[in-house]
Amino acid sequence: MKTASPFLEIGADAGPCVDVTFEGAPLRLTEGANLAAALLAAGVEVFRHTKTTGAPRAAFCMMGACFDCLVEIDGVVRQACMVEASQGLRINRPHEAEAHDDPA
Amino acid sequence: MIRRDLVIIGAGPAGMAAAVRAADLRLSVSILDEQLRAGGQIYRDVDRAAALRGDILGKDYAHGATLTAGLRRDAIDHLPGAVVWAIEEGFRISYSQDGQGAQIAASHVLLATGALERPMPLPGWTLPGVMTAGAGQILLKQSGVLARNAALVGSGPLLYLIAAQMIRAGTPPAAMVETQGRGDIISAMRHLGGALRGWPYLLKGMMMLAEITRARVPRFTGAQGVAIEGDTKAEAVTFTSAGRSRRIVCDTVFLHHGVVPNTQAARSLGVGHSWSRAQKCFVPAVDEWGQSDIPGVFIAGDGAGIGGAKAAEHAGGLAALKIAEELGRLDPSGCMEQATPLRAALTRERAPRAFLDTAYPPCAEALAPGDSTIVCRCEEITAGDIRRYASLGCLGPNQAKAFGRAGMGPCQGRFCGLTVSALLADANGRTPDETGHFRIRPPLKPVTLGELAAMDAVAQDEAT
Ligand code: FES
Repeated sequence: MKTASPFLEIGADAGPCVDVTFEGAPLRLTEGANLAAALLAAGVEVFRHTKTTGAPRAAFCMMGACFDCLVEIDGVVRQACMVEASQGLRINRPHEAEAHDDPA
Repeated sequence: MIRRDLVIIGAGPAGMAAAVRAADLRLSVSILDEQLRAGGQIYRDVDRAAALRGDILGKDYAHGATLTAGLRRDAIDHLPGAVVWAIEEGFRISYSQDGQGAQIAASHVLLATGALERPMPLPGWTLPGVMTAGAGQILLKQSGVLARNAALVGSGPLLYLIAAQMIRAGTPPAAMVETQGRGDIISAMRHLGGALRGWPYLLKGMMMLAEITRARVPRFTGAQGVAIEGDTKAEAVTFTSAGRSRRIVCDTVFLHHGVVPNTQAARSLGVGHSWSRAQKCFVPAVDEWGQSDIPGVFIAGDGAGIGGAKAAEHAGGLAALKIAEELGRLDPSGCMEQATPLRAALTRERAPRAFLDTAYPPCAEALAPGDSTIVCRCEEITAGDIRRYASLGCLGPNQAKAFGRAGMGPCQGRFCGLTVSALLADANGRTPDETGHFRIRPPLKPVTLGELAAMDAVAQDEAT
């Protein structure tokens, strides 16, 4: 997946790596990297689909404001740009209902 | 509950400078920041990244390390990764950190929540591969991630900065698609005096432009009819410039036409806002100290009106001085004395503002998008939908919520608020002030039941 990415990661081989999965596919990411950035660099192009029209979306603002980077991490819907990559994360595109789940 | 003299929200230049100044004046200070490391967006992750990529990012970025260094002292309680979701009178601040809800009390609050990219609704702007230029900068600063084949679209000095950084990193942009025209530069000339007083900025801008020209990055100015093409991701940018239709093939599009104050927290507290014609956005009502119309609530930095990182630093210092005076830790003459150099520096920083705002105005097509363009990204509401609401008698954004879900998605209008207000104002022939803005209510950011439950458990422990 790495070579197909429209993004290039400079100094990527510096530092330890962690193993995660995205939609079941294994990915090696730099430990502690911003998860949204690391997913983009790993070639992930679609983070989620909108609940209204099913249109594809990916990280847009990288600062926690737009919520287009929502993914489901170990069952919880979170903003990928506000999370660091750590060992064993199971990342999936959120299910439609959960993409909109803000309980409070 | 912990109680502080001052709780600062946001650890960017304004927040950090205020924290240091307040601690110097022996105030108890907590600084809550959404990010895991201090710096704000402008100095994002500076402590880690300056050493790795300082050559690409430049000296202005490295300056941030002097501010983050100031936070590392016992008198300042820095809470990283703390997402504030409610600020109540009194003041009680609720936030989540590490999946746990918590509260902190303060006699004074300083909102240093910075800026957001001005929303830039153009056809195709919701496609994967389209990001804000600020996001492009954050990718580079924090993660060393660069777009291999990007078009930079819009107007403003940030586009030149990001282009220069991409060139230095060895991945020059495919093209600069600039929406400002010759006429804008000509009208900016009447502000040339200010620009010359801010000559270091002018010089830096000219050096960046020279870098871009040397790297032979194609520049198209006065671009019109800008659209992003692609089915499931961005594939090209199309536009006309100098009478010719163009199509730039690219994988990534970075959009930018200025930044606007992030007013969510201030609005949730009921701080008054009014329309700034110069900055074409709403700004909170604050005095020269950053004091808002609500006693005890101060706002400093870009959140109080766009001035840039250096101006934010000085404004943060000024707010801290006034707060110390109100708390009786500084007498009025001491306050004035310490304020004088900060004020002079602030005036210097603001000098080139009018020139820049006029030379690089927002992209007109994105301020009044075509009917089929999505304006509310979360709920996929188009400009045509909003105009239709107006034709049915909708006068303001809060009323619009009765017609559809604009502004009701998770971003709470951060990326559609200004557009919805502008569209309604235009359709109804009313001013932005008459039209108003979305009312913002807590939670400012989504909070989970787990985080609330954890907060409850702490509260009960405290009660027993
Ligand atoms: S990319 Fe906008 S919130 Fe994460």
